[in-house]
Amino acid sequence: MEFLLGHYSYFFVFVLLCIGLYAVLFMRNLVKQIIGLNIFQGAIILFWVSCAVKWNATVPIYDPDIGLGSTALYINPLPHTLMLTAIVVGVATTGVAYALLIIIYKHYKTVDEEKLIEEMKRW
Amino acid sequence: MVRNAPALIPVIYLTACLLIALTKIKYRQYAYPMAVAAAALASAVSVGMLVHVVRYGPLHYHFGGWIPPLGIEYSIDHLSGFVAVVINIVATIVLVHSLHVNKIELVRKVVPYYSVAMLLMLGLNGIVITGDFFNLFVFLEIASLASYGLVATGERGSAFAALRYLILGTVGASFYLLGLGFLYINTGSLNMADLALIIPLLQPHNDPAIIIALVFMVVGIAIKMAIFPLHGWLPDAYTLAPSTTSALIAPIGTKVASYILIRALFFVYGANLVSKGIPVLTILGWLSAAGIIYGSILAIAQSELKRMLAYSSVAQVGYIGLGVSMANPLGFIGAVLHVVNHATMKACLFLVAANMRVHMGHSDISRFDSSYRVKMPFTMAAFTVAAISMVGLPPLAGFFSKWYLALATIENSQWIFLGVILVSSLLNAVYFFRVIEKVYMKSPSDKTVNDQHSGGRDDHQAAPEEEAVTFGSGEPGPSMLVPVIIFAVALLLLGIFNAVIVTTLIKPMIPLGL
Amino acid sequence: MNELIYVSHIPLYAVLVSMAAVPLILLSSSKPNLRETWTIIAAVSKFLLVLSLLPGALEGRSAALHLLEISPGIDLALKADPFGVFFALISSGLWIVTSFYSIGYVRGNQEHKQTRYFASFAMCLSATMGIAFSANLLTFIIFYEILTISTYPLVIHKESKEAISAGRQYLLYTLSAGLLLIAGAAFTYLATGTIDFKAGGLFGTVVLSQGAMTALFFLFLGGVGVKAGIMPLHSWLPVAMIAPTPVSALLHAVAVVKSGVFGVIRVVGFVFGPEVMAAYGLNIILAVFAGATILLASFIAFKQDNLKRRLAYSTVGHLSYIVLGAALLSPAGFLGGMLHIATHATMKITLFFCAGAIYVNLHRENISQLNGIAKIMPWTMGAFIVGSLGLAGVPPINGFVSKWFLGMGALQSDQLVVLAIFLISGLLNAGYFFPIVYRAYFMKGEGLEGHGEAPRFMVVPLVITAILSLLLGLCPDLFFHFHELASMVAQSLTGGMLL
Repeated sequence: MEFLLGHYSYFFVFVLLCIGLYAVLFMRNLVKQIIGLNIFQGAIILFWVSCAVKWNATVPIYDPDIGLGSTALYINPLPHTLMLTAIVVGVATTGVAYALLIIIYKHYKTVDEEKLIEEMKRW
Repeated sequence: MVRNAPALIPVIYLTACLLIALTKIKYRQYAYPMAVAAAALASAVSVGMLVHVVRYGPLHYHFGGWIPPLGIEYSIDHLSGFVAVVINIVATIVLVHSLHVNKIELVRKVVPYYSVAMLLMLGLNGIVITGDFFNLFVFLEIASLASYGLVATGERGSAFAALRYLILGTVGASFYLLGLGFLYINTGSLNMADLALIIPLLQPHNDPAIIIALVFMVVGIAIKMAIFPLHGWLPDAYTLAPSTTSALIAPIGTKVASYILIRALFFVYGANLVSKGIPVLTILGWLSAAGIIYGSILAIAQSELKRMLAYSSVAQVGYIGLGVSMANPLGFIGAVLHVVNHATMKACLFLVAANMRVHMGHSDISRFDSSYRVKMPFTMAAFTVAAISMVGLPPLAGFFSKWYLALATIENSQWIFLGVILVSSLLNAVYFFRVIEKVYMKSPSDKTVNDQHSGGRDDHQAAPEEEAVTFGSGEPGPSMLVPVIIFAVALLLLGIFNAVIVTTLIKPMIPLGL
Repeated sequence: MNELIYVSHIPLYAVLVSMAAVPLILLSSSKPNLRETWTIIAAVSKFLLVLSLLPGALEGRSAALHLLEISPGIDLALKADPFGVFFALISSGLWIVTSFYSIGYVRGNQEHKQTRYFASFAMCLSATMGIAFSANLLTFIIFYEILTISTYPLVIHKESKEAISAGRQYLLYTLSAGLLLIAGAAFTYLATGTIDFKAGGLFGTVVLSQGAMTALFFLFLGGVGVKAGIMPLHSWLPVAMIAPTPVSALLHAVAVVKSGVFGVIRVVGFVFGPEVMAAYGLNIILAVFAGATILLASFIAFKQDNLKRRLAYSTVGHLSYIVLGAALLSPAGFLGGMLHIATHATMKITLFFCAGAIYVNLHRENISQLNGIAKIMPWTMGAFIVGSLGLAGVPPINGFVSKWFLGMGALQSDQLVVLAIFLISGLLNAGYFFPIVYRAYFMKGEGLEGHGEAPRFMVVPLVITAILSLLLGLCPDLFFHFHELASMVAQSLTGGMLL
């Protein structure tokens, strides 16, 4: 029980990863697949961010009361910055994905993966 | 000046990308020359860097003056320098070739195409140059997004192929990021050199977090590298993309991913951990071997040239994976040599396919006949040279990568892998000689010899029967012919002088522990 | 074994001279006479270059040249040792004759794609020189594969369905063989650290397990055995008879298959060495395969009605004479085997030339159609008699000389079974050649009116080779000192006395 409670963030991330991966693998609708992709990426971002937290630490902005003596009193800002980049990457990917989806829809009038594979095979 | 050289390459490509995008407004005709100039400049810089590294040792560039592991550093050692030279030179020659092809295949999208191509090169070079794992992820995504875009500009169905590529590629990159997260949590550092020092201190053989990190990162990289069975995105993406894209991403895209694999496995995690501690290399070896056989057999079944080359690429990447998995110096040499050999061979082959598409209107193998030999003699000759090299016949380049890989498998007493390497040469011979037979021997009026009705992917229908069948009449102009010939000649030179390459460039890069 | 080596570029020139002729031939495709002149010039210069190496070889000195490092620790290196000079003399000398014959054949038959034909021929001979002068296994493999690729256009020359399928089979067999050879060479390199050919074997003090050594030998056997026509790897040879007759004559009686048996002797004598072969019982394996091949091939030859196929199976049998001679591991065995390379070459090429002359003249390929042709083609059939008598081992034709030494070799090794095999197959040879001679001379022919002898370009070469066989039988050391060269090599391999 303590194990679950102590590591609840990791389990949460795990559940999100599974949901995202499930959507990518098993959903027929391409929009749902892209949503799943977003969930998957979001889970990973949560994972990174969650590792920045420390007990009894505050935001990593210089506080004259705490001073610079001990880094244990500020949470780690690095994962946050890295994840900002990752979020941007995720947004760009989503943008490209939807752009492609629009082209596909214009051409084939469907966003169903199975139907599209059929269409492709006929060519 | 030399100290700043590593940062120069991304700057060159980024500037080129932005400037080319701007030319769409007014000076459209400058897009092509600017792209070629940028690639040529970057090639020159990377060659200069490699020469410097060979003479004096690795180059390090600290971004913003921040010392690693706090800051991001670019580090060029023998391996990065070598791969950078290969990808830049191949890209330059392919871009030179692209002038005429793009006018026909892309029509009005030419300028944005070159801009995105510059982004692709930015990403690929960044991956090779950087010494920081997260920076690598960023460049990886830049390169991937650019390649999704480049693939999508192709013929009918390319958008769907690009979307599947996107989904799989993003899942792969995300796995890589996840693995990196585990690694960061345990070690606190993202710098490659730093991690190489920290990881052995953490008793990695028993630490589940490091093991998970390794596994996730390898899976992510394997998706990008198209190791069987994670190769699903490759055939459609290479086939349906426009010719220049195929010629750009096929030779160098998967090679850069294999660079990441080599870097992560041997230089960061350490050969000891990945071969003896956790059987990552064993699994990689078996999957690569399966991929070699799978790719070769499926290539035989294809009736369209580009799709055949795509499956062939799956097989060839397997060779690199096999060489890596042997975890001995000979295997390493074979894998790295195959990077440059396969880049040259595939570039030549895809450019030949491009020439055929432009001048014959299609690249459908069942419709090849011996009039092609007369109409496009030099292109077909280059194809034959590249095909013989792929089969692995001396003195061309392909033989020597197989020689080193064979030596590596014998040294490890891995007889099954040796058999896989040898049998795959025969399979390669089957599908390449099929094309050669058709081109050199099937008479144009003979409809009976092994004709299968293909799906018919011809967007640009010419009327070959009515054209005059005179020597060289279908031969493309110099901008399309010369690159093909350069690659073919390069194969001969790479083969004959491979010992020079191995001794001066590859041997110094063999990591400790092999 | 002290080897006297001097540096010389001549082996390199010998290899390159016909390679240089290839672009010249390709460029003169519209001027046939000029194109043929290039071939003749290349052939004659190649022969003269090899001839210039003969004096040195007779003194036991080898001309060596390191070209470049082709793999760390291994050089692309040429070395014209006596054995190499021996083989090079035969192939380059016979190329001159074959070139004239080819000219007659392709023009008489009005063959298509003549430029490709002559260019491929030049490339093949270049590769053959490379094989003859290879100093190590990797150089050997490189030229061996170049030979495979350059003979392919010649095999599929007719471009008919049969020719293309013959080409596929040829490639399948020879490419697989090349792969086995690569595996064998790689294994040898890792086990011993060297793959340089060394008389008496390169294994030195390295000892492998019986299983490993036997497996290694099988790899090599498969590798060279395909081109050497050892059963069951021989099937490509009769199928490749679809090629034009000069191709069958030079390549499949001299260059390609003799490269195969050359490779066998290199493997037996210069890689494994007689001591290692005997210690692991490898020579018995080789002898069994070779002996079976001789007998089976001779029997199968009886059943063939197509003249060239009968000659093909005869070739398969005679190649295994050479292999069996090597398997005996005795000085006379090696000597006989090597001499047989030369003698079989001249005799078989004569027979193939005759077959081609008959085809061009009368368009007849089958033995059953050859009734009474001796009346109109006396020179051709005369040469045919010389060739077949020689193959059966009848003196004074040179076939007898090599058979003699092969028999001596069998006695030296106390292998009476082998002696019996040689004698039996001699009889079988007579058995399948005699009917042809009988038909040609003593049976009535049909449809022969108005035909004369074959074109002169074809008849003169075959008469020359027939006379050569006769002269070399009377005096084996005539002109080229074949006997002396071969006995030197045999002695260097076995360190023993010959007689």
